[in-house]
Amino acid sequence: MKILVCISNVPDTTSKITFTNDNTVFNTAGIQYIINPYDEIALAKAVELAEGGKGTVTVINVGDAATEPTIRKALAIGADDAVRVNAQPRDAWFVANQIANYAKGQGFDLILTGRESIDYNGAQVAALLGELLDLPSVSIAKKLVIEGNEANIDREIEGGKEVLSVSLPVVVGTAEGVAEPKIPNMRGIMGARSKPLQVVEPIEVPVLASIARYESPAARGAVKLVDDVDQLVQLLHGEAKVI
Amino acid sequence: MAILVYIENTDGGLKKSAFEAAAYAKAIADQKGDTLVALSIGDVADAELQKLGKYGVTKVLNASQANLKQFVNKAYAAIIAAAAKQEQASVVVLSNSFSGKGLAPRVAAKLDAGLADGAISLPSWNGNDMEVKKTAFSNKAFATEIISSPVKVISLSPNAYELKESPASAEIVPFTADVNANDLSVVLKEIVRATDKISLPEAEIVVSAGRGLKGPENWAMVEELADVLGAATACSKPVSDAGWRPHSEHVGQTGIVVSPNLYIAIGISGAIQHLAGVSSSKTIVVINKDPEAPFFKVADYGIVGDAFEVVPKLTEAIRNLKNN
Repeated sequence: MKILVCISNVPDTTSKITFTNDNTVFNTAGIQYIINPYDEIALAKAVELAEGGKGTVTVINVGDAATEPTIRKALAIGADDAVRVNAQPRDAWFVANQIANYAKGQGFDLILTGRESIDYNGAQVAALLGELLDLPSVSIAKKLVIEGNEANIDREIEGGKEVLSVSLPVVVGTAEGVAEPKIPNMRGIMGARSKPLQVVEPIEVPVLASIARYESPAARGAVKLVDDVDQLVQLLHGEAKVI
Repeated sequence: MAILVYIENTDGGLKKSAFEAAAYAKAIADQKGDTLVALSIGDVADAELQKLGKYGVTKVLNASQANLKQFVNKAYAAIIAAAAKQEQASVVVLSNSFSGKGLAPRVAAKLDAGLADGAISLPSWNGNDMEVKKTAFSNKAFATEIISSPVKVISLSPNAYELKESPASAEIVPFTADVNANDLSVVLKEIVRATDKISLPEAEIVVSAGRGLKGPENWAMVEELADVLGAATACSKPVSDAGWRPHSEHVGQTGIVVSPNLYIAIGISGAIQHLAGVSSSKTIVVINKDPEAPFFKVADYGIVGDAFEVVPKLTEAIRNLKNN
């Protein structure tokens, strides 16, 4: 089985998010980057499926050379080779077009993404890849089991799940429950250095959207500490009017 | 030109998020002086669709052909794009629900449209360009996006847009479009629903608990409080990682992001990743025995105390309020 895992290079989950240039540019000063946590789930699943010579795992990232440590980490976790599309990931539409352009005609049986990236949270890439490659896609999978040529997928819905089955190839956006993220071991880290990392140049993609500016959430007023529950209930009922 | 809103159904019924999408699309139609057209796909009774009239929908396209009874994003996206073309829609609105997330990008790609995902307020217009606000960085910030393509697609976050009524009478018009068999390759075997549960992303009140509860056996009091409030239950990441509660209840940066009217956090210290998932809640109540818990810094109301004492009393006090 030939598997492609799409990974995004994102600020660590503990990052404080601030902006520069009159709130038009994300302030990357002091930010540590990681593999998007949902993409780590996708990668762990792919490595699990390919184990024991049952398949190969290619990771792809759209980013400049600064993302290579993240790509090497994915190789250390167990991907066989990597591709970096040498461009700033402008938005989901741009990224999906680059990945689709690389993936078309390569015969991937399974294309995995995280359900969303934790920076722009668009949750778009899985469905866009499905559209661009004319493949079925499931955007938020809680479970993924491959049996022969079939993918059995639990898709998250409000208050429950759909149990789905689809023939490969398919694009799946993975969420918690699909696999436990893997921590690279020393052998993996050493081996990652010599695994192939191919750099390809981007294709042109029309601009449909852009970000004009950012805002930080307004600070809340000071907390009102109360001593007993009756007082709290009165405030929630009379002041906040939420119960 | 028209504004097209896709109306999602759950087992033939329309939920609040569907009406929110309709009311939001109506407001955009009023901004633009365009007509509003709704599209329903699947098996929804006329009487149910007529409820959309309350929010200003005067025309509902009803695609109820037999092969569209089950949701398949690839096929549904093709139908929505076909309807958008027929109506010459300049804006297509969908709900940013779990299904909507699998649908909106496909619709946008089919229409060569930019997608504003997870919009939280009405757009503004600058000539042909549309500006709309969304959350970014997992709720740690907001981004204002400019969509510059001729056709625009917006997916609306649940609980973000206040339902406004503008009563009209909705006419229901059958809509048929060819469905490519290749678009129906995903087979639905079963839908599993926790029937008595309130859906977390759409809940107006959320009762959430963390490691302070010490073990999964202590969740009965959380569920009882949720029950009297008509709330959904949620938890912090360590709790779902430990398997005390299902992943679908995990609220935070790498879980579900919620924006209820009231979020009650019990025994959750308030790590930055958790706060990101709840910061757009309108009112936050924190119950924690540690007065230094970071969660108090972003709370509106707080009780410093032992959850095992406070929560049952709170449940009782709310029950009394509801009974009087």
